[in-house]
Amino acid sequence: MDSLVNWSLLALSAPGWGGVLLQGFLRSIEIALGGYALGLLLGIGGAFGKLYGGPVLRDLLECYTTIVRAVPELVLILLLYYAGTDLLNQLLGFAGIGPVDISGLLAGIFVIGVVQGAYSTEVLRGAIKAVPAGQIEAARAYGMSPAKVLRRITLPAMLPHAIPGLANLWLIATKDTALLAVVGFAELTLVTRQAAGATKAYFLFFCAAGALYLALTLVSNLFIGVIEWHARRGLVERR
Amino acid sequence: MSNETTHALALAPEDLPGAESFFKPHRIVLIVLFGALVTAIALFMRWDWLPRYLPRLGTGILVSLAMLFSTSILGFLLAVPLGLAQVTGPWFLKAPARLFCTVVRGTPLLLQLWLLYYGLGSLFPQFPAIRQSFLWPYLREAWPYGVAALTISFAAYEGEVMRGAFAGVPKGELEAARAYGMGRWTLFRRIWLPRAVHRALPTLTGETVLQLKSTPLVATITVVDVYAVISKVRQETYLTYEPLLLLALIYMCLTGLLVLAFRYFENRIPTRGA
Repeated sequence: MDSLVNWSLLALSAPGWGGVLLQGFLRSIEIALGGYALGLLLGIGGAFGKLYGGPVLRDLLECYTTIVRAVPELVLILLLYYAGTDLLNQLLGFAGIGPVDISGLLAGIFVIGVVQGAYSTEVLRGAIKAVPAGQIEAARAYGMSPAKVLRRITLPAMLPHAIPGLANLWLIATKDTALLAVVGFAELTLVTRQAAGATKAYFLFFCAAGALYLALTLVSNLFIGVIEWHARRGLVERR
Repeated sequence: MSNETTHALALAPEDLPGAESFFKPHRIVLIVLFGALVTAIALFMRWDWLPRYLPRLGTGILVSLAMLFSTSILGFLLAVPLGLAQVTGPWFLKAPARLFCTVVRGTPLLLQLWLLYYGLGSLFPQFPAIRQSFLWPYLREAWPYGVAALTISFAAYEGEVMRGAFAGVPKGELEAARAYGMGRWTLFRRIWLPRAVHRALPTLTGETVLQLKSTPLVATITVVDVYAVISKVRQETYLTYEPLLLLALIYMCLTGLLVLAFRYFENRIPTRGA
């Protein structure tokens, strides 16, 4: 070891690995965004199904959230990754279209989305239950259709209750993308490991990746603070 | 992380169904359908590898559980000073404790694990003093790094919970203790710590289940836990789904048992006036 840290390894262009790392970081953010959005959609559907659905739907959703909350993300990611791509190819085979090569990005978004969906179902269900029943009844009494009640009353009224939980879920989504390294998807953690393995500068690269993840968390926290302040502006502080 | 979020991420005692809730017409139909699905899986998928791997699976489960309990206990012991330092410590303790919690909670556990295993693992052999010390036979193995990473992660998450718990103990109780003439240490030992732990207990169930869900990560650094055994099965038998389904079932059973155990203990702790 001549100099303690060889910073040139982090250079953006070819001999350095900085560019590769940033590309992986971008890929991680893409998956986290996509997975989080998909999870939110599933979560809204799941929460309403659990609260207002029929008994069978409710039980099925209960199974979904129970399984996801009881089985490690890593195992779910492996199962969904293989089962999801396999199932899609078989369906396409039935439809007469040959097997397609599913992009890792879509598979990753699907996998993270299904896991996040169960978590946000639980968060949103709790938030909807915190909305006073009288408000929703009043909206129905005004003759609003269920969709309109959802759009005008339930969603805006539950938002302040849901935002702390949803913010945590976003932070978890960004960190869960690291698990896709195990199925060989080239996001930040995997490219970091490749860079570290190739150069033997393990400490430098893992710390650099950690700094990127941390920066994402801290920047997210800033935005979350603003959003939370905005959503709570009509509420009386209870302390 | 708030208690509600932990509840959304990890199975909780109140999610367990009671025995009487199964006897509803639609549930019986669902159970029959589910039973048919399980039978189909048992009959039409390949399970002939199972007897050969049973002993190794048993060992793997024990390794996973050992990882879970050792890191949870060590992590909790670390979390108490972390929480206390953040509430009442001087700035030179408060700032590092805060930084530690922020950094650990802001980066993925997998990355921390690999940093410790590959980073420290490549650094240690360069120092002859470490190579000759009595610790070296352990530092050459993978599990100390796994234990360290999982402990650090648990300590950071639970440290944040303990911070809230220490801060939330009513001021009047501490003042009453002081009025009785208790010293700082007696006050901490008799009043502050027990009350804070009591307040933190409900989150402990969730955090422990989350910790169980994190343990398979140690398989990526060659610790042979139940996940690693299943990976081995997949490599040797070229099967994709059967081992993974079994693994999911094993983890569901482990989580269920853990949650049941916590419910039993929670019911034994008096909660009046909490």
